[in-house]
Amino acid sequence: MTRGPTWFNITSLVAGFSFLYLPILLLVIYSFNESRLVTVWGGFSTKWYASLLQNDQLLDAAWVTLRVAFASATLATIIGTIAALVLVRSGRFVGRSLFSGMIFAPLVMPEVILGLSLLLLFVAMDYSRGFWTVMLAHTTFASCYVAVVVQSRLVGFDKSIEEAAEDLGCPPVKTFFLITLPIILPGVIAGWMLAFTLSLDDLVIASFTTGPGATTLPMKIYSQVRLGVTPEINAVCTILVVLVTMGVIAASIATKRQQVQKERDERAAFGAEG
Amino acid sequence: MSDVHVPAQPKRSLGGWLLIAVPYVWLLIFFLAPFLIVFKISLSQVAVAIPPYVPTFDLAEGWNGIWDSVSEFSFENYVWLTEDDLYWKSYLSSVVIAAISTLLTLIIGYPIAYGMARSPQSLRPTLLMLVILPFWTSFLIRVYAWIGILKNEGLLNQLLLTLGVINEPLVIMNTNIAVFIGIVYSYLPFLVLPLYASLERLDGSLLEAAEDLGCPPWKAFWKITVPLSLPGVIAGCFLVFIPAVGEFVIPDLLGGSNTLMIGKTLWVEFFNNRDWPVSSAVAVILLMILVVPIVLFQNQQQKMSEREG
Repeated sequence: MTRGPTWFNITSLVAGFSFLYLPILLLVIYSFNESRLVTVWGGFSTKWYASLLQNDQLLDAAWVTLRVAFASATLATIIGTIAALVLVRSGRFVGRSLFSGMIFAPLVMPEVILGLSLLLLFVAMDYSRGFWTVMLAHTTFASCYVAVVVQSRLVGFDKSIEEAAEDLGCPPVKTFFLITLPIILPGVIAGWMLAFTLSLDDLVIASFTTGPGATTLPMKIYSQVRLGVTPEINAVCTILVVLVTMGVIAASIATKRQQVQKERDERAAFGAEG
Repeated sequence: MSDVHVPAQPKRSLGGWLLIAVPYVWLLIFFLAPFLIVFKISLSQVAVAIPPYVPTFDLAEGWNGIWDSVSEFSFENYVWLTEDDLYWKSYLSSVVIAAISTLLTLIIGYPIAYGMARSPQSLRPTLLMLVILPFWTSFLIRVYAWIGILKNEGLLNQLLLTLGVINEPLVIMNTNIAVFIGIVYSYLPFLVLPLYASLERLDGSLLEAAEDLGCPPWKAFWKITVPLSLPGVIAGCFLVFIPAVGEFVIPDLLGGSNTLMIGKTLWVEFFNNRDWPVSSAVAVILLMILVVPIVLFQNQQQKMSEREG
């Protein structure tokens, strides 16, 4: 579309983005509220952040969550990237449609079903539940998201560079690490970050698959929210929101810089030729 | 991916097979096999034991043992689901709530996606980023943020009371309205993104041609923009509707005791009543309800990626 925005477009954008951001903004503002009553403003204070540091249970849960998220995001990125390569590059093979079905279905599958089914698997395997089961569960659904993100990167990929390397005798594994991976890297990084935040965020699947000693932060937040809204939870949420926002912005800046660099390199290469 | 773009590879090296095997086997074990187990347990009976159901397979007894177990299977749990009207009411109200929420999300999301597609090229990446960012922040936090706003003594009521719009607080929290707001808010980016993608690709010269031929703008919108954005609308609606049917967190935190949604019913059945076989049967039926939209969604995704590729 080429024509400029009308007043209606501008109004709907302003209204839409206010709707998306106002609730989070209010949550952040009220985390600095002096009053214990969340809806009464009692002046500026950072006391809830200070009391967070003394809440060992919450800190423990945060530590468990970070470890689960880090491990599952890393594993999911490896599996998801391979799955994306298979989807785009592997041609026909027996059970291909089942394979792509298993990639896309978890994206829309209700979490209660995923959680319950994985729990029953772990019980059937007689596997004691805890850190590892949550990690495996998160890896499974996150790898599908990674596969979709990386796949979209692979689709617009100039295959001739890879073919050139292989014609020159470069073994496939080396071609992958020297050529394919650097090109799809923004997609892989975005996939890792998505997997990390999905794991950080998940309540339902973790609740089903966890065991004693592996309470995650969302589970902790959830049980406290059920008792009532407190500024302390607002403070935890604010920290999470700030961390994730910084991560996303940093990643997008890095991707952009890489693109600019790539364009500059290409221009330099063409300049040298001419 | 369509078959046209799939390169035919008659010879595949061992490494090639291994590459396929890693994600394939992983998904078979952790995605497909669990569903078979859910189905199996939905045919079992609840028991005071660990795990809390009978029969359990005992591989040590060999085939006879397995056969004995299979003969103990019954459809009793499914019969139970039809007898207690809590379950079918939950299914029905989940589908209705999800459908209404999807429609509301579309009504709110379409102008946003449209406005994004009409905005200057230089601004679009930033707008896109602004839509994606809330999606990265925690789902639980976003739902939680609404509690403070919608409560009887919450921020919305305070604002409206101060402005003199209302005389007594509106009761929104713990009603279906709060659930609608929660679903629309949480799933809005899922609808806006595919919709924006198809609106952005729309060829502006078509609209100009219509205008030159004397077509009024609203008619051009209905005859050109809407039909051409339909793939995005459909993809977005599936992305909202399917997960919303099984939603647990939103009805649990924002909805009231009379908000029936199947995700919540399953959760209560599992965690509070500890009835694993019945919750498995609930999950199997839910899956059967969702299989049609899921398959339609996958076909649509495939068609869209064919067009791109």
